[in-house]
Amino acid sequence: MTHVDGNALAGAFATTLGIEITVTVGRCRGCGSSFNLACAHVFITAMGAVMRCGHCQAVLGVIVRGFRETLVNLSGLDYISVPHL
Amino acid sequence: MARGTLLVMTPSRVRWHLGRVLSRQFETESAIRLELDVPTWPGNVAGAHLDIRLTAPDGYQASRSYSLASSGESTRVVLVIQELPGGEVSPFLVRQLAEGEEVEVQGPLGRFFVWIPAEPEQSPVQLIAGGSGVVPLFSMASAREREPKGADFRLLYSVRSPRDEFFADELAELSRTIVEIVHTRESAPGAGRPPRRLTREALAASTFPASLSPRIFVCGPTPFVEAVAGWLVELGHDPAQIRTERFGGSP
Amino acid sequence: MGVINGGFGGRHGSSDPRLPPGQTHVYDWPVLSTGPTPNVDEGRWSFTITTEDEVAHRWNWSEFQEVGVEDIVTDIHCVTHWSKLDMAWRGVPIDRLFEDVETSYDYVMVRSYGGYTTNLPLEDLLDGQAWLATEAEGEPLTPEHGGPARLLVPHLYFWKSAKWIRGMEMMPLDDPGFWEQNGYHLRGDPWREERYW
Repeated sequence: MTHVDGNALAGAFATTLGIEITVTVGRCRGCGSSFNLACAHVFITAMGAVMRCGHCQAVLGVIVRGFRETLVNLSGLDYISVPHL
Repeated sequence: MARGTLLVMTPSRVRWHLGRVLSRQFETESAIRLELDVPTWPGNVAGAHLDIRLTAPDGYQASRSYSLASSGESTRVVLVIQELPGGEVSPFLVRQLAEGEEVEVQGPLGRFFVWIPAEPEQSPVQLIAGGSGVVPLFSMASAREREPKGADFRLLYSVRSPRDEFFADELAELSRTIVEIVHTRESAPGAGRPPRRLTREALAASTFPASLSPRIFVCGPTPFVEAVAGWLVELGHDPAQIRTERFGGSP
Repeated sequence: MGVINGGFGGRHGSSDPRLPPGQTHVYDWPVLSTGPTPNVDEGRWSFTITTEDEVAHRWNWSEFQEVGVEDIVTDIHCVTHWSKLDMAWRGVPIDRLFEDVETSYDYVMVRSYGGYTTNLPLEDLLDGQAWLATEAEGEPLTPEHGGPARLLVPHLYFWKSAKWIRGMEMMPLDDPGFWEQNGYHLRGDPWREERYW
C-alpha cells in the first residue's frame, strides 16, 4: 500500500479544525525537521489517517472519524504553525 | 475578476456543497469527465481539489479527494476521475453516477499545490504529470492560457498510451504552455519511436533546466512523484522550488 | 444534508446471520496500512515473548517452524465493517509458544516490525483462540498482508491481528496500543460492537 501526502487531508482538517493543512508548517518531534504538512506522508485507511514524517517516518499524527466526533492526535508534532489567511 | 487580483480562500469558504451532475462523458475507457453545477461554489484557484462524499441507501458513507480540472469563479466545476479496479468509490463515479444526480462535495481545498497568476512572474513554471496526475496540472495550464502575459509554462505528461490521455484535444490547442507527451507502454501509430518509461535523462531533456530556477509542480502516483522529485534534485533543482501532490492510496 | 446516492454500496455484499452487528460480508481482502510495509526476510526474522522478570523467549524462523503449524478455517471481522467468512489460515498456535512462559501479568503488548502496537488480555490469546499465522488462503502471507508472520485473533476485530509481528511483551495493565490510543476500543469484541472508546 502506497502513501499519499498532506494534500489528501485538506478536507478533514478544514472541517474539523477550520485550518488549511496545506500551508501549515509542523516540526517533527522525532527528528526536528520543519516542513509544510502538505509534504507529510499520509496513509489513508478506512480506520483513520496516519501522518508520518517524510524524513524519519515517525508518526506525526492520527485522525480518526468516529460516529459523533473526530479524534485528532498531533502528538508527533512539536507544534504546528498556521498562517493567517 | 480584474487581472492581478488574487482569489483569496479563507477557511470559512471551505464547506460542504450540494452539486448536481450536468454532464458525464468518458474521457478514456476507464475515466469519466464530470461537469458539476455547484450553486454555492465560491470559485477555486488552479490546482485545488474537492472531496466527494457518497452516501449509500443504508447510510454508509465514503469520501475521496479529486483534483479540479477547472478554475476561476464559475460555479460549474469539472473533474476527470480515473476508475481504480476494485475500488470503493471510483467505480461508482465512473460507471454509475448519473446526469442529474446530486452529490455532496467539500471544498475548495488546497493552497499548496496551486498556481495563481502573479505579476511580475519571473521564473518559468514546469508541470510534470504522471497518468491521472495531469488533472490539476491541466487546470494550471488552462489558467495560464487565460492570461495574455505571464510565466513560460511547460507540461511534461507521462502516460501509458494515446488512448489513456486526458484532455488530448485541449492540450493540443494550448498556446501558452509547451506540452510534451511521453507514452510509456504504447506509442501513437506512426510515432516513429517506441514507447519508453521516463528516465532522468529524458526528464532533463524535456524540462526547464535548473539554471532557470523554474517553479515545478509534479503530480501522479506516489512512485512516479518520488522518482521524478529525486531526479529533479539530482539535476540541480532547488527542492524548495518543487511542489508535489501524490495520488493513490485507497481506491 | 440528506443526499442518498442510490446504487452506491461501497463493498457491501449480502447479509448473513454469522455476521456480527454492523458487518457486511465481502469476498476480497482489503489492505490497510498505517505505514510503509516492512521488509523482513526470514533470515533476520525473530519472535520474542518478554516477561516481567525480563526473560526473553525467542524463536528464529526455523525454530518457529519447528513448533508446528496447524490449519484453521475462521471468520475475520474488520472494524471498518467488512467481514470474510470461512477464511483458510495456517499458523502456530499461541498456546504452544506460551507453554514455557511463566508470568503473573495478565496483559500483552503486541509489537510489530515497523512500530505498530496493539494490546490484548493474555486470556484472549490462549485456549485455542490465537495463532501466529504464516499462510492465508493457501499461500504464504505476502508482505502487504503482514508476512512473513502476523498475529491472528479472529474473535476480536482484525486490527488486533497485528501484521509483521516481532514480539509480545507482558504487562500488568491493559495499556493501549496504536489504534487504542487513537479512539479505538481497548478490547474490540465484534459481537458487542466494541469499535470506539
